[in-house]
Amino acid sequence: MPIIKNGAVITDPWIAIADDEPIPVSRPVIVSLARWIAERETLATRNGPIGVRLRSDEHAEDIAADLDHLSLVAIEFPTLGDGRGYTTGRLLRERHGFTGELRAIGKLVRDVFPFLNRCGFDAIEARDDVEAAAWRQAVGAITVTYQNAVNRSTS
Amino acid sequence: MYLYDTIDQLLVDQRVEQFRDQVRRRMAGALSEDEFKPLRLMNGLYLQLHAYMLRVAIPYGTLSSDQMRKLVHIAEVYDKGYGHFTTRQNIQFNWPKLEQTPDILAELAAVQMHALQTSGSCIRNVTADQYAGAAAGEVADPRIVAEAIRQWSTLHPEFTFLPRKFKIAVTGSARDRAAVRVHDIGIVIKRNDQGEIGYEIIVGGGLGRTPMIGVKLREFLPERYLLSYLEAVLRVYNQAGRRDNKYKARIKILVHETGGEAFTSLVEAEWEQIRDSAVELPVGEYARIAEFFAPPPFEILSGDDGDYARDRLMDRDFANWARTNVASHKQPGYAIVNITLKPEGGIPGDATSEQMDAVATLAEQFSFSEIRVTHEQNLVLPYVRQADLYAVWQTLKRNGLATPNLGLISDIIACPGMDYCGLATARSIPLAQDISKRFADLEQQHHIGELKLKISGCINACGHHHVGHIGILGVDKRGEEFYQITLGGSADEAPSIGKIVGPAVAYDKVVDAIETLTDTYLAIRAGDERFVDTVRRAGVDPFKEALYADH
Repeated sequence: MPIIKNGAVITDPWIAIADDEPIPVSRPVIVSLARWIAERETLATRNGPIGVRLRSDEHAEDIAADLDHLSLVAIEFPTLGDGRGYTTGRLLRERHGFTGELRAIGKLVRDVFPFLNRCGFDAIEARDDVEAAAWRQAVGAITVTYQNAVNRSTS
Repeated sequence: MYLYDTIDQLLVDQRVEQFRDQVRRRMAGALSEDEFKPLRLMNGLYLQLHAYMLRVAIPYGTLSSDQMRKLVHIAEVYDKGYGHFTTRQNIQFNWPKLEQTPDILAELAAVQMHALQTSGSCIRNVTADQYAGAAAGEVADPRIVAEAIRQWSTLHPEFTFLPRKFKIAVTGSARDRAAVRVHDIGIVIKRNDQGEIGYEIIVGGGLGRTPMIGVKLREFLPERYLLSYLEAVLRVYNQAGRRDNKYKARIKILVHETGGEAFTSLVEAEWEQIRDSAVELPVGEYARIAEFFAPPPFEILSGDDGDYARDRLMDRDFANWARTNVASHKQPGYAIVNITLKPEGGIPGDATSEQMDAVATLAEQFSFSEIRVTHEQNLVLPYVRQADLYAVWQTLKRNGLATPNLGLISDIIACPGMDYCGLATARSIPLAQDISKRFADLEQQHHIGELKLKISGCINACGHHHVGHIGILGVDKRGEEFYQITLGGSADEAPSIGKIVGPAVAYDKVVDAIETLTDTYLAIRAGDERFVDTVRRAGVDPFKEALYADH
C-alpha cells in the first residue's frame, strides 16, 4: 500500500519484519514491540535505522523510554473505528518528544488524514493510490480548528 | 443566543462540502457502505428500517425563530411535513433522500446549524437545562460552558473514534432538569463560599443495557480547568475503554470495572500532566461566549402581573394550563412557557411544520425570538411576560399545542420503536398513544399528579425507561411484543434506577396494567406524596400484588 510522507507519496525505504523472520543487516526495519523488547540489546546496537510497530492496544508509555533508539514508530489502525492510535501518536509527540517518523498503518482512507495529521503523524499508509492522491484535498477540506493539537503541515 | 463568528461559519460550510464529497464517493461506489457508515454517522445520517434518518443538532437545546423556520422549510421540502424532537434536544427528519442530505446540511449552515456529531462513536451534541438563563435560583447559565464544550469537541482529532458514543450534559441549577447523573459526563455548575464558580464532575452514568448512576470525580473543579479535565477523562477512556464488545464499550462499564476510586486516580494522573496546558480556552474566549448569553432586554416589572391572576380566575382551562405548563422565572413579571408535544393520542415529540412555524412566530412576538427543546421531548418559550401568557396560550390552543399535561402521566417520553427504528424489538409509539388516550381525562391526570412515564422499544433504552417513575420496556418473546414494567426510577438530582415489578405483560394488557398501578398509588398514597415517593416509601410489593392478582 502507498505511503504518504509529509504530503507526498514515497517509495518506502522501510521493511516490516515479522516476528519469526531474520533481520537484514543494515536496511531500515520495523519490528513489533514484543520483538523489540525481547531483542533490545542486539537491535539497539544494530547498524541501520530501526522502527517499532505498536498494535492499537499498545500505548505510548510502552515505548517511551526507548525512543532515543528509534527512527520510526508505526501505529496500527486495524479498523476505521479503532481510534486508540490517535492518543498514542499525540502522546509520543507532545509528552515524550518523539521527533522521528510517526506512521499510521492500516487501510486508511482520506477521511481520517486530517485527524492523523493533527495528532502528529507525518506518514500514512493509504488504502490505495486513489486515496493517497487525495491527501492534499483531504487535509485542506477543513482549514479551521477549535483545539490545540500537534498541528502539522496542511500543505 | 450564540452567534457564529467567521471561524464557526467556515467550519460548518467546509464540513458541508466535505460531506457532499463523501456522499458523491459513496454513490459512485468509491466508498463501501462499511467505510461510509462511520462518516455519515458523524453527520447524523442513519439508515433506519424504511429510509435514511437525519438527526440535526440543536446544541444545548437552544433555537432561534429563524432557525426554527429553517426546520419548517426542511420538513416541508425534504421530508413529509413534520419533525421529531428527541431526548437529546435534537430534531430528526425521518424521510430524507441520501443524495439530498448535503443540500439539507447547506440549508442548515445558512442559519448557523449543523448535524455534526449527532451520531457515531464521538462526543455527541452537548445538552443542557432547558430553563438555562430563565430558571429561578440558577447559579450560572450552563450554555456558556456547553458552547465551549461544543467547540472543543467538534472534530476533535483525538476523540473522533472512541470506543462508543459519548454524551455530556450541563446544568447550572441544583434542580436537575438535564439528567446529568445518567450521562457519560455530567456537569453541575456551582458557586463556593468565596463566590467562585466551579464544576461538579460526574462520570459514568448512563442507561442502555446496563443502567448506572454516575460517579462523582470532583466536587468542585475550578472554572479554569474544565476543558483540560474533560480531555483527561476522554483520553483515559479512549485508551482503556473496552472495544471487544460494543455493549460493554461505554465509559460507565470502564468506570464500573476499574472502580470509582481507581478510575478517578487515572483521570487525575492524566490531568496533572495537561493542566495549565493549551487545552483550555484562550483568555477572553470564555467572556466572548458569555456575552452572547447575557440576559435579553427584559422590561423592568414590579412583580406578578395582575391581569395574569385575573385571567386564571376567569378561565378555568387557562388556569389548568398555567398550573402545569408555566414555570416561575428569575425575572419579576416573566414566566417560562412549556409547550408539550404530547397531545392526546399523539406521537411524543412530533411536531408538524405548521406547529413549528406557529412556535417560531410566538417566540418572535413574546420570547425574544428564543425557543428551547427539552430532553423530555417538549418545547419551551423561555422569556414570556406574564401579561402575555393568555395570548400565547390562545395561539397555542389554536395550533393544538396547549395540552396542559407537563409532568403528568401523558407527558410520555417514547423512543421511535419498531415504527421507525432498525434496532427496536417492540413498538413504543402506539403504546404511548393508547396510554394518553386512556388517561385523556385531565382532571384524573391532575389528581394523579407528577408521574414520569417513559417507554423504550428495546434494551438500548432510548426512551429512558430505567429512570421513569413508571418505565416500560418492550421485549420480543417468540415473535410477540411483551412489556416489562419498572417502578421508581428518576433522572433528577435524586436519581434512581427503576425496579422490575414482575413478569412482562402482553401488548394489549399494558394500558390496563398502568391504570392498575395508578389506582394502587391513589389508594395508598400518604398525603400529597408523588407517585415516585410512594414507590420509594412502600416499595414495589403493593403494586406487584395489585398487578398480578388481576391475572
